[in-house]
Amino acid sequence: MSSQRIANLTHLRRARDLIDRDYAQPLTIARIARAALMSPSQLSRQFRAAYGETPYEYLMTRRIERAMALLRGGELTVSEVATAVGWRSLGSFSARFRELVGEPPSSYRGRDHSELAQLPGCILSELTRPRREQRSLRDSGRIKEARTTGAV
Amino acid sequence: MSLTLSTCFVLVDDPDRALAFYRDVLGLELRNDVKREAYRWITVGSPQQPQTGIVLTNYLNSGPADRQTLEELLAKGVLGGVHFQSEDLDATFQQLSAAGAEIVQEPTEMPWGVRDLALRDPAGNLLRIAQAARGQS
Repeated sequence: MSSQRIANLTHLRRARDLIDRDYAQPLTIARIARAALMSPSQLSRQFRAAYGETPYEYLMTRRIERAMALLRGGELTVSEVATAVGWRSLGSFSARFRELVGEPPSSYRGRDHSELAQLPGCILSELTRPRREQRSLRDSGRIKEARTTGAV
Repeated sequence: MSLTLSTCFVLVDDPDRALAFYRDVLGLELRNDVKREAYRWITVGSPQQPQTGIVLTNYLNSGPADRQTLEELLAKGVLGGVHFQSEDLDATFQQLSAAGAEIVQEPTEMPWGVRDLALRDPAGNLLRIAQAARGQS
């Protein structure tokens, strides 16, 4: 029982690593689920229980995190960045970016990012990764309530 | 004070698999292997750094609940391992791939100026290997 649980978590890890590795590819949930030896709905449910967001949400935050890094670099245009991190449409990239970061990619690109320059890179990518959960927890007391009643 | 790093610890679930990986796949040397009851402390290290060792261990000074939590975190890939440097990252990548290592990131130029790869050890720890700067290693 316990070793089955560990094996399952290992499959989830491989699914997450696949997203981290191939986020710029046209990844589908079906393909990620195959890597985890699960059905898409099993994967979504279990991935969320393990990592706090669904694989699709994780893929989106991963892409936006990479986009933020590329935009901070300042060498690529917004639409070049959108393509580089796996979007085919600039409009949907901008909308998702705005949703997760709170400002449009063009204004993020233009801002001063020098306060981040002193952090080690691998930590930086963790810290700057947009986090759905933190924001929604801040914005809504209902989530906390729902958690304590077991509804989430 | 003038401190130097002597030892760091990496938690593993299966000491034998860990030893096979760190010694035979990563090419570290085995320096010590201590057993006591169900626990192992396996010291490995780079031949070029005789005074710095990595202890691979399944020992946890706590109860079963913490052990279970730790096993889950390991399997989920949440725990970080150690970072290495290689003089020839591409050759290292070829060797790791040929050995069937679980590559998480192929050699990539990172925005902060490092070129590195990432892989999992058999327990699920994330390891990174960076290209050493010329003349640094």
